[in-house]
Amino acid sequence: MNSLDEIVVVGAGAAGATTAETLRRQGYEGRLTLVGAEPHPPYDRPPLSKQILSGRWEPDRIRLRGPEVYDRLGIDVRLGTAASRLDPAGRAVELADGGRLHADAVVIATGVRPRTLPGTEGVAGVHVLRTLDDALALREALGEGRRLVVAGAGLLGTEAAVAARGLGADVTLVGSEPVPLLDLLGPPAAGLVAAVHRELGLRFRRGRVSGVVSAGGAATGVLLADGTHLPADVVLVAMGSLTNTEWLAGSGVRVGDGVVCDELGAARPGVWAAGDLANKPDPRTGRRRRWEHRTQATEQAVAVARNLLAGPGARPVAPLPYFWTDQHDLRIQVFGEIAGTDRWHIVEGSPAERRFTAVHCVEDRVRGAVAVNLPRSAQQLRPLVENEARWTGLPTEAPAG
Amino acid sequence: MKIIVDRERCVGAGQCVLAAPAVFEQNREDGLVELLRPEPAQDLHEAVTEAELICPSGAIELHS
Repeated sequence: MNSLDEIVVVGAGAAGATTAETLRRQGYEGRLTLVGAEPHPPYDRPPLSKQILSGRWEPDRIRLRGPEVYDRLGIDVRLGTAASRLDPAGRAVELADGGRLHADAVVIATGVRPRTLPGTEGVAGVHVLRTLDDALALREALGEGRRLVVAGAGLLGTEAAVAARGLGADVTLVGSEPVPLLDLLGPPAAGLVAAVHRELGLRFRRGRVSGVVSAGGAATGVLLADGTHLPADVVLVAMGSLTNTEWLAGSGVRVGDGVVCDELGAARPGVWAAGDLANKPDPRTGRRRRWEHRTQATEQAVAVARNLLAGPGARPVAPLPYFWTDQHDLRIQVFGEIAGTDRWHIVEGSPAERRFTAVHCVEDRVRGAVAVNLPRSAQQLRPLVENEARWTGLPTEAPAG
Repeated sequence: MKIIVDRERCVGAGQCVLAAPAVFEQNREDGLVELLRPEPAQDLHEAVTEAELICPSGAIELHS
């Protein structure tokens, strides 16, 4: 292995920050620089659409580590500085401010940014939600009686819609599925979420937002693909994301849907990727894909940091998919993948009690598990998903005697 | 090593229980973290450090 005296981690979200921290904890003693485009020290994103948007938490609560931690670990954190280019030899990172960092190894963790609606740049009242500043701006724009249309009814869109209802906004959620989150959560949990949304007075409209209507430079509504016009003061575009890979142009790093890596997390010798933009082969399905789950960011980061230092001892990076969502008083956790399964079985509790667990199977093989308000039980289902166990029904009581 | 957990930040992902089951537990009711051993023995330190790193909400703090 070549000598390793300078490592640059590009991207200071959860994946980048955890990579840097793990490198140190694994005993790496050389120069270590963490480059972040945002001005804020590394912070946690899941609370943005929950506690931050609803106003329950102040921004400093989502910091991942106290500022002294990076000093203590000897990590040179460069904030407010985007990377602009990766040298084709992979031995230097150029920064937008003109700086240049030499590197024996580079970790790419620049993540994703929200997809936007064409023609809405600069239109007042049109928001996205990815950064702390986005969340604070959206919170500022909402309030009693403000009409919000959320374009996109995935995890981000639904969570933001619930938080906005809590702020008194009049909210319409637009999504392509029959009910929100059906693919991600499966029918019993998605059905329960739909019931909770109705109780909150959150309107759901099936469709696709095709554009924003504006007057005098400010949004007045959205247009759906079927021609419907929905009036709005505020529009949140939550229609998925694009990977931040433009700065890699000409670097020789393969970019497809994200940064194309091998199963170890390497994009090419000396260049690694972790987090939302890392496109890796999934050993469970054999297909390549990216994961935008919060726990993947840290688990991939820990694995990539170890592999980077391990040389031939590197091991594949393949955390079990896991995410959670909070929908008002529902805490929902999912292991594995529910999309693509063809049957489900309730294991514990019931949707009517608003506490249940279910396994989702392809034929008799468990591929995913969902838990609603039963976090401990969720853990017990995890091994079933991990082993793609055969579902043979609930265990029956052993006969007495 | 001394561990401090923040139950308000905890999201009940259970990652810490997987990494260090001798040290962390999930509360039966709310699923949030419970600390079994606030000052774990040396042989558990590696597992505890792992738990701190992979906690998705930064709810675990370690002090030496």
